[in-house]
Amino acid sequence: MKNKSQIILRSIVLAAGLALLPAAAQASEGVALKQVDWSFNGPFGTFDRPQLKRGFQVYKEVCAACHSIKFVSYRNLSEAGGPQFTEAEVKTIAAAGNVTDGPNADGEMFERPAEPKDRIVKPFPNDNAARAANNGALPPDLSLMAKARKNGPDYLYSVLTGYAEPPEGVVMADGMNFNHYFPGQQIAMPQPLSDDQVTYEDGTPATLDQMAQDVTAFLMWTAEPKLEDRHKLGLKVMMFLVLFAGLLFATYKRVWKDQH
Amino acid sequence: MSGHSEFQPTSAPVKWLERRLPILSLMHGAAVAFPTPKNLNYWWTFGGILMFCLGVQIITGVILVMHFTPHVDMAFSSVEHIMRDVNYGWLIRYIHSNGASMFFLAVYIHMFRGLYYGSYKEPRELIWILGMVIYVLMTAAAFFGYVLVWGQMSFWGATVITNLFGAIPLVGDFLLSLLWGGFSVDNPTLNRLFSLHYLVPFLIAGVVVLHIWALHVPGNNNPLGIDVKGPQDTVTFHPYYTIKDTFAVVMFMIFFALFVFYMPNALGEPDNYIEANRLSTPAHIVPEWYLLPFYAILRSIPDKLLGVIAMGIAIFVLFLVPWLDTSKVRSARFRPLYKQFFWLFLIDALILGYIGAKPAEGMYLVIGRIATAYYFLHFFIILPVLGLVETPKPLPESISKSVLDKSAAGKAA
Repeated sequence: MKNKSQIILRSIVLAAGLALLPAAAQASEGVALKQVDWSFNGPFGTFDRPQLKRGFQVYKEVCAACHSIKFVSYRNLSEAGGPQFTEAEVKTIAAAGNVTDGPNADGEMFERPAEPKDRIVKPFPNDNAARAANNGALPPDLSLMAKARKNGPDYLYSVLTGYAEPPEGVVMADGMNFNHYFPGQQIAMPQPLSDDQVTYEDGTPATLDQMAQDVTAFLMWTAEPKLEDRHKLGLKVMMFLVLFAGLLFATYKRVWKDQH
Repeated sequence: MSGHSEFQPTSAPVKWLERRLPILSLMHGAAVAFPTPKNLNYWWTFGGILMFCLGVQIITGVILVMHFTPHVDMAFSSVEHIMRDVNYGWLIRYIHSNGASMFFLAVYIHMFRGLYYGSYKEPRELIWILGMVIYVLMTAAAFFGYVLVWGQMSFWGATVITNLFGAIPLVGDFLLSLLWGGFSVDNPTLNRLFSLHYLVPFLIAGVVVLHIWALHVPGNNNPLGIDVKGPQDTVTFHPYYTIKDTFAVVMFMIFFALFVFYMPNALGEPDNYIEANRLSTPAHIVPEWYLLPFYAILRSIPDKLLGVIAMGIAIFVLFLVPWLDTSKVRSARFRPLYKQFFWLFLIDALILGYIGAKPAEGMYLVIGRIATAYYFLHFFIILPVLGLVETPKPLPESISKSVLDKSAAGKAA
């Protein structure tokens, strides 16, 4: 009996070791990021609703000037597990954007205000237009950014708060800005956030730190909109599987009883 | 297949079927009455776990295909459509993507179990070879599937891997254009890999049938590695191993679910959440973790063609293990020297996996080369020589005697 449980334990440790080996190998590279105790971390993590709303405000008033979030639709903003704006609020938010629709009955394309069903309108019609307006640099789409970097949320927060004057002796390329956490430490994007850049509707003081955290949480939601569903379903599945495994183990012992 | 003669149909419909298509007696012989050594440990449950993995991949895969668009302009966004708009699409996709890792984890445990207990030895050589065919098909299926996502690592991984075929003399260029359907990895490549990704799992299922068929001729090996002497050494597969395997599968599901629900992207590369871009090469191109040891071998050879050959031999040598191992004793329990070399080899494989994830430079390259050399040393020198020089411990008389001694010792203690 003791032997068997030892074997199971050893195999689980071995399996976990095998599985986590590459992840552990990669974690040791690069500058150590600032770590934030995000509300969505851990097996029971959820998004902080007011924080997502503030984060959307920062995105809309600052980031959206250059960065798209092309995989997100306006309707997502009112769905469960997200910022959960009311449907009326989402209609108002959407109507601020213009989309090209058509052709109409006369065969003409036409402009209309965006509706909840539409994708969130991009700041530039295409990548070339974005480059032309940004000194040749392409501001990347942010929908998945929180999953497209190692430790994405900590990375985003670190970069947003990591701007500084270049240290002595560091030669900056033309139009580049110094950032501790950006790979190569030279980033084309000028520091986007500074204290009181936005005025929060809920009265939260808009410090650089606060805004960086809020918009990062929002971008984690755009990257992983089903995170809360996943955590909730995970708990039910785990409870079921553990109970089921217990019953199976008891049955297994009973079946094998006459063989030992 | 032995043991199916005792199936006696009683009801009229079963009798009717049995006279025309004796599939029920076949199933009865293979999965109910099948005599199985009574001393199998938990390492033997990975066969059942692998059947579970294959089933999960096929079922989730069939559903994913209903929502996926195999076109370079739409593949990446159709995956996001699955993640965002399809009901429980996130669940099905995370099960499928983590399922590939779980499948490989289970297959590696299954293979190392075979190596430890000598399950590939006479008369089970063909079972091992069929298993290796399944493994090679699995790596192909996993690679094809990884490309379909059309992220940065999909695209650049596909570029690196397909270019390996270009290193083959004479036919390299021809093979490359056949794989690509053009002059680089592009839409035709995505389309043919999509088609093959759907085909290969069914080939795997076919070879699995052969693998199990071949297993049912001599029956299972066991931790003692000695032959079954009679009915006192065996139990019927059902209920003894059906219940044990089911329990093991559910334990495996718990481990699997931990990844699906709580760290679904831990085993993936963040770069694959960036859409494929042929103008921007990622800093480090790495395959998924389960291919890293072979990637390390490929990169530790400075010449491209020789690297490809070394990687090919590293996989092919596994097919030859039944003949490279000259020892007649199966289980490492009775092979004091082999037992130690087995663990050294496992460590070597893990080191190769670690090196495969690192850039090929400095110390990593040196360690990678030593580990690569040891990999070949193990198969071509150590395995054949050990069988000649090693004195095995005395083998127990029979399985049942060993089991009885053990439980007597357990009661006394």
